[in-house]
Amino acid sequence: MLVFIARRLVVSFFILLASTALTYLLVSYSDNPLKDLLELRGPTREAKIAARTLALNLDSPVPVRYGLWLGDVGKCLWPWSDSCTLGLNRDGKPVFPQLQAAIGSTLRLVIAATLLALILGVVTGIVTALRQYSVFDYSVTLVAFLCFSLPVFFVSTLLKQYLAIELNTWLGDPTLTYAGITIVAVLSGGFWALMVGGGRQRVPLVFAAGFAATFATIYLLLATGFFRTPYFGVLGIGIFGLAAAVGWTALFAGLTRRTRPVLMASVATAVAGTVVVVALSPVLDDPGYLVVAGVTVVLVVIGALVGRLLGGEQRALASRVGGLVGFSVALLMIVDQLLRAYPTLFARTGGRPVKTTGSQSANLGADFWTTNLDYLMYLILPTLAIMLISFASYTRYTRASMLDVMGQDYVRTARAKGLNNRTVIVRHAFRNALIPLTTLVAFDFAGILGGAIITETVFGWSGMGKLFSTGITNVDPNPVMAFFLVTATATVLFNMLADIAYAYLDPRIRLG
Amino acid sequence: MDPLEPEAVPSQRGTGEQGHPPATERQMTGMIALDTDVADAAVTAGTVTAAQSELRLVLRRFVRHRAAMAGLVVLVLIVVTAFTSIGWGLIPGWWKQSYLTFAPSLTDGGRATLRLWPFSLGDHPFGQDTSGRDYFALVMRGMQQSIIIAVLVGLVSTVLGTVIGALAGYYRGWVEAVLMRLTDVLITIPLIAVAAVVVNRIGGGGILLLGVFLGILTWTGLARIVRGEFLSLREREFVEAARSIGASSPRIIFRHILPNTIGVITVSATLAISGAILLETALSFLGFGVKAPDTSLGLLVQINRQAMDSRPYLFWWPAVFIVVISLAINFVGDGLRDAFDPRQTRSKA
Repeated sequence: MLVFIARRLVVSFFILLASTALTYLLVSYSDNPLKDLLELRGPTREAKIAARTLALNLDSPVPVRYGLWLGDVGKCLWPWSDSCTLGLNRDGKPVFPQLQAAIGSTLRLVIAATLLALILGVVTGIVTALRQYSVFDYSVTLVAFLCFSLPVFFVSTLLKQYLAIELNTWLGDPTLTYAGITIVAVLSGGFWALMVGGGRQRVPLVFAAGFAATFATIYLLLATGFFRTPYFGVLGIGIFGLAAAVGWTALFAGLTRRTRPVLMASVATAVAGTVVVVALSPVLDDPGYLVVAGVTVVLVVIGALVGRLLGGEQRALASRVGGLVGFSVALLMIVDQLLRAYPTLFARTGGRPVKTTGSQSANLGADFWTTNLDYLMYLILPTLAIMLISFASYTRYTRASMLDVMGQDYVRTARAKGLNNRTVIVRHAFRNALIPLTTLVAFDFAGILGGAIITETVFGWSGMGKLFSTGITNVDPNPVMAFFLVTATATVLFNMLADIAYAYLDPRIRLG
Repeated sequence: MDPLEPEAVPSQRGTGEQGHPPATERQMTGMIALDTDVADAAVTAGTVTAAQSELRLVLRRFVRHRAAMAGLVVLVLIVVTAFTSIGWGLIPGWWKQSYLTFAPSLTDGGRATLRLWPFSLGDHPFGQDTSGRDYFALVMRGMQQSIIIAVLVGLVSTVLGTVIGALAGYYRGWVEAVLMRLTDVLITIPLIAVAAVVVNRIGGGGILLLGVFLGILTWTGLARIVRGEFLSLREREFVEAARSIGASSPRIIFRHILPNTIGVITVSATLAISGAILLETALSFLGFGVKAPDTSLGLLVQINRQAMDSRPYLFWWPAVFIVVISLAINFVGDGLRDAFDPRQTRSKA
């Protein structure tokens, strides 16, 4: 394993070297970097040309400049060096601070899009595989094809132009007529009926249940003014926590007599987690990232411990499910706190909370949760725009891989042993179906970063995409190289992680 | 009943096309006493049918694929309209306006004159752009450019990807090492970024150059696939047989292995073309691809995005055509995939 990682690191280093050299040469030779200055008239012309020549080392040939750039990069790797600049841009300013300012917003965007696309894509892919050739399957296929064919800039513009404005207007005055609620509830009922599927009796039943639940939920939310002052409260966290406990247990252990201890453990975790959240509420009022991470870890550990103590014979399973329930409670807590910050943000942003330009409000000066909610509000639309394509490919890929696994002999064996459907799907099929997906996610990361360039242009973010496209327009190699450095390192790293994960998930593969 | 049981086992489906379904086999041996395997492909339920070539079978499966045929029809209609309406090269155009004529003033505020019922095109069916050019002619011109670029990209990347993948997969050794490391290097860079760098310089230099250069950058995916196919095919008996009778390497590659990978390559080429449409439009949108005074669908979207509030159709027409073209090509590619490999799950992406 270590030998494998070491060898991969060496190979990756040379690949990075080659790809940066290639891109540096391409950018440098793409045009004359002094083009705009040569057209200048006036006394400052010569001085400006001299300054830029100095900043970009234009008096040495391009390969030498690449060497100098490599030296600048090397300084950043050298921990005792305080001159980490990643080179100068054409105005003589160091690139590294610009990259630092840009990388946060872009990473937020890319990670949010990847995670969301992955979760939604895998779930949809599995459901379509289980309901192969159903109406739901065909609809998802159609949607996936549409997503493949949609240019990112088109979706972004549409979201910005239509969804954002409508949503903001509605959030300013969140009311729905009964007809409106009915329409939403019919759509939701139809969605659930298609997704759950089943025979003649089950489909209308599911539709009715979905319709009634949605109608009641929306009515309650509107009546309690949720869209103006949203929050879960202790009660909400408790109820959703219990629901998560039952749900995860049903999915991973099943609700049978034999697995009663697992259920007990996860319910106990949900209760204990809620108590912990209440007890810690003074700390959580304005925490930092570390505190939130710490609380999450504490909740997961509590869940795992409770599972181990109460799990009886199924200790290992119970502690895994308990940990998951603990994580769900932590997530609920975070969402609750973010929602509580909404009225403040709403007031500060003049009643237009969904943002279409920029990546964060300037001079917000608010507490932790409001700041993060502000980030999220800016993230919504661009994330939606870039995740669509990855969502489509993850869905199709998961579906194909799941169908492939479901036809394998070991799945038939599992069924022949008399295992129930849930166990076969979750334990035997699902895990193995996910293995090929690791490679796809690693490769897709570069694609999402590319999509980020387009979305950042449309939504006016000043992220790495902006750094990149201004750099190209100005024939300014160093900012462009900063972009390439980050993306190439990320891609190489992700590919290596995918290979390691692959070997870990599929023991037939040996590394080295 | 368990809803998963009957359909979720793909290995049972599709065996009817190429393998021998057990039922038919039993029927055959019961009805006709055949003791050789030679006839069993031609005998179905007691009637003798003529043997069909692989290509015919593929074609028949493709024609039966409804979505793919619909895609093909839409695609042909669009291409024919784009190239005949304003004319291209020697093809005369039937549309009265030119995309180069700047009208001194906008007719009726540049409004679109297209009427669906009763159908009439009017003078400017898609309206006029801000400088008074006929928007229908402009969109058609943009479509021509985008399609030409996409086809060029498809051709160049398919040829390159096939050759590189074939060489790497057939010769193994250092050839493979060098070519695959080259692929790795290209894969680390987001395609749109490297394309932007390369194309920015030559964008004004004509679309042919643009298409060729984009093709040079997009062969990596196909090269990996073709290499994989070659790696498994070169170990097969028919290749060994060819080698044992003294066939040269080029002959084995072109006559024996390549025909077996034609399905994968065709599908990949189709998808490369739809990918190229999206890539070119995205680049032109960012301002790195086709540049004014020439035009393309992406550039039209970019220029007219500002008019979204006053005259949204200026944005919608080119954007919708991008989506429709790409969707149609994707459906054709899906149909081809199913036609070439009926055992594979439908529309696997």
